Amino acid sequence: MDRLSLVFAALADPTRRAILARLADGEATVNQLAEPFPISLQAVSKHLKVLEQAGLITRGRDAQWRPCRLEAAPLRDISAWAEQYRRFWDERYDRLDDYLRTLQQTGPSEEEK
Amino acid sequence: MGETKTLDVKLQGDLEIVMTRSFDAPLALVWEVHTKAEHLKKWWARGHEADVTAFDFRPGGKWRIVEHGDNGEEWAFRGEVREIVPMELIVQTFEWEGMPGHISVERLVFEHKDGKTTLTGTSTFANKEDRDGMVAFGMEGGANESYRALDAYLKTLA
Repeated sequence: MDRLSLVFAALADPTRRAILARLADGEATVNQLAEPFPISLQAVSKHLKVLEQAGLITRGRDAQWRPCRLEAAPLRDISAWAEQYRRFWDERYDRLDDYLRTLQQTGPSEEEK
Repeated sequence: MGETKTLDVKLQGDLEIVMTRSFDAPLALVWEVHTKAEHLKKWWARGHEADVTAFDFRPGGKWRIVEHGDNGEEWAFRGEVREIVPMELIVQTFEWEGMPGHISVERLVFEHKDGKTTLTGTSTFANKEDRDGMVAFGMEGGANESYRALDAYLKTLA
């Protein structure tokens, strides 16, 4: 799997998205991250591993705490891609709307309203 | 619903995004501006300068459009025409060269309704992850609390 696919796969899960959202506020330990979820520490660790493999988080070296930190770069890449996609079509169609109006005003082939 | 001049965005199944918008123009004209490079150049790049470096409008033909931003940015898109039904349907692939390999199939349906022409574009992604990743960050309808928090965070990084 390429990097982007790993990131998408990681983001496909709501728990992992919630973990990322929490990490957007700052570093946190596994225990802190697990708190809001009705799942085991092990399950949370598994999610963290997926996020780590996707490059979305890094973990500290302290063997006891290993605080997790959000890594912004891959998210920024994806955000740029998706944002372009939506915005491009939105703006493109606005432009098409203008262009069609211009053509109808200036063109000789004015059709019925 | 599709009547407003805004882009209506919906999810369909696991792999698709459907975008609908109507235009105050005859279908023939809306079709025409989708099928000729000199027209595409005028609207496809959202008011930016654009080079249509390839546009072979027939099944199997390739297209490529490079959009030039105001600050020297370049966004290049490419694809291949798969199917054409005059005045009704264009099916083509769509790929942003910034993320090569993540190709979607765009199915664009032209309909004349109540004096307007409605375009319904269905994008089919290669897998659910691509579609959902797209939805998560860029599209309407998929936003939830955690995405919003992330989104706010990303804005501070920009």
